[in-house]
Amino acid sequence: MMQTVRRMELKADQLYKQKIIRGFCHLCDGQEACCVGLEAGINPTDHLITSYRAHGFTFTRGMPVREILAELTGRKGGCAKGKGGSMHMYAKNFYGGNGIVGAQVPLGAGVALACKYNGKDEVCLTLYGDGAANQGQIFEAYNMAALWKLPCIFICENNRYGMGTSVERAAASTDYYKRGDFIPGLRVDGMDILCVREATKFAADHCRSGKGPILMELQTYRYHGHSMSDPGVSYRTREEIQEVRSKSDPIMLLKDRMVNNNLASVEELKEIDVEVRKEIEDAAQFATADPEPPLEELGYHIYSSDPPFEVRGANQWIKFKSIS
Amino acid sequence: MAAVSGLVRRPLQQVSGILRRCFHRTAPAALQVTVRDAINQGMDEELERDEKVFLLGEEVAQYDGAYKVSRGLWKKYGDKRIIDTPISEMGFTGIAVGAAMAGLRPICEFMTFNFSMQAIDQVINSAAKTYYMSGGLQSVPIVFRGPNGASAGVAAQHSQCFAAWYGHCPGLKVVSPWNSEDAKGLIKSAIRDNNPVVMLENELMYGVPFELSSEAQSKDFLVPIGKAKIERPGINVTVVSHSRPVGHCLEAATVLSKEGIECEVINMRTIRPLDMETIETSVMKTNHLVTVEGGWPQFGVGAEICARIMEGPAFNFLDAPVVRVTGADVPMPYAKILEDNCVPQVKDIIFAIKKTLNM
Repeated sequence: MMQTVRRMELKADQLYKQKIIRGFCHLCDGQEACCVGLEAGINPTDHLITSYRAHGFTFTRGMPVREILAELTGRKGGCAKGKGGSMHMYAKNFYGGNGIVGAQVPLGAGVALACKYNGKDEVCLTLYGDGAANQGQIFEAYNMAALWKLPCIFICENNRYGMGTSVERAAASTDYYKRGDFIPGLRVDGMDILCVREATKFAADHCRSGKGPILMELQTYRYHGHSMSDPGVSYRTREEIQEVRSKSDPIMLLKDRMVNNNLASVEELKEIDVEVRKEIEDAAQFATADPEPPLEELGYHIYSSDPPFEVRGANQWIKFKSIS
Repeated sequence: MAAVSGLVRRPLQQVSGILRRCFHRTAPAALQVTVRDAINQGMDEELERDEKVFLLGEEVAQYDGAYKVSRGLWKKYGDKRIIDTPISEMGFTGIAVGAAMAGLRPICEFMTFNFSMQAIDQVINSAAKTYYMSGGLQSVPIVFRGPNGASAGVAAQHSQCFAAWYGHCPGLKVVSPWNSEDAKGLIKSAIRDNNPVVMLENELMYGVPFELSSEAQSKDFLVPIGKAKIERPGINVTVVSHSRPVGHCLEAATVLSKEGIECEVINMRTIRPLDMETIETSVMKTNHLVTVEGGWPQFGVGAEICARIMEGPAFNFLDAPVVRVTGADVPMPYAKILEDNCVPQVKDIIFAIKKTLNM
């Protein structure tokens, strides 16, 4: 799965440079152990919400690669029918993909409230980055989650840089796992997928047993810049990026572990790589060839469950039909 | 007292007229219900009907509501369904929206809509836009409610009207009740609606009693969102308003009636989607239009109605430009004489009507 996420993100990079993807594109290559490890520690019936660096999570939560890439290229076969783009992808029990930094954290606490309300032992993983960790609304969410013992796992994906600002320049305390104050926190090696998985299981158990929220800081790294418009080398050195790649790459770490423990042979892993490459190529083909959403649908999905009505276009004579 | 009975008399005549047609035997069961109690009843009925509905906000539970609108609900439904929040608008609004995304049906109360500004990102970016951005995958069945607009002596930071701000955004529905029937029917419709609905109440109307017809007393009584109501038919001028000013318009109409001017008073009930059809049909009959609102004039509700009148069939029926009566274009002052002159008064409405009729 990590390989799929890696290749998918690299393909997105390629398509962006070819101008087939436009707007914002925030890639998570380097952080694969986070999305895949977290998913391995929870059930499909649990819930997850994250920021705009969401392509990996959209995949691990069940959306096929072709629909993710088609959404990035703005086609009708995209998971949001081309209406959302990179930052607004949704799936079952996956609440996006959120463009406003930090806003997803109270949302996630709200999903956790619904979990508790429904009494089904489900938990909600609520992710945010090291940059978002300084948002006030996150502390408001911590307070209410702890007060009401919501089954919410707050997860700070600390990749050391909030856009171009390093953690030392942004936070008076960079111990993000402690920032929950009265909420117990774990610091986790976010490059080691097994570590992430086990920590997640521990955290999920904590929440499911009714003890209230818990916080995890995943220490990870992104190879790309903040987004496709950021080369990512003005605020950090190429040497640093290279060092992480050679010593801590999550895919490499898992591969070595599996091979050294005779869990898989190098050939078997190579086969997986080949399959993944094919899957991504096919998906990219689809994403490039699929047509854009029809203009007639511009006004669709304003309201849910409502009879059709008309939406105004650029002037009073241009009208679009809106259906739910 | 006289003012209140003036407000009640007209709807009373209309309502009992309707009822006389249906019930030929005894007199209708007239019930005086304040706007506060109407909202309370509406919420109570919906809480009982659907266990996914719950209420959260500051002081809504044990305090019975800052303005006592949720009186008795916590006692009846308990901690799970009526939740007191800390003073964290951005946080609890986000929590409410998240709960709605996960399938619950929250009612998120703002103590006043002035405080909703702290949470407006969650209302607009997390609630209003989501169904569209997700291509129809993720709906957000939430109600945001609370008092809006001017109160009495609460000064600038507590008196702003948000009808224009929320009315601006696609994906939201915005309703603005005037009387008890509006309040009860609209809160019920809002709760049953699968979309984010903003209900702009009015603190000064909470204590005002209106007659609730027996139809309106029923547990399934709904006022449709997106439909205006003609409170008083007339032929000389159309007067369109929402919320508390509707009462002032009816008073103005009573005064003008003695001078032979018959006003058609329209209670918008919904700000978004705006019911232009009712307004246009009326203007095509009366040839004159006056809009009345409590909010500031620039980019306001009246401004939007004027623009749309020009774009539609009613423009050619106007015998004079549309006139807007609004709040004064200043932050709300405190001193009574100043405050009184910052909100539309009956005399201002009468003056505007006479101006457009060139009298």
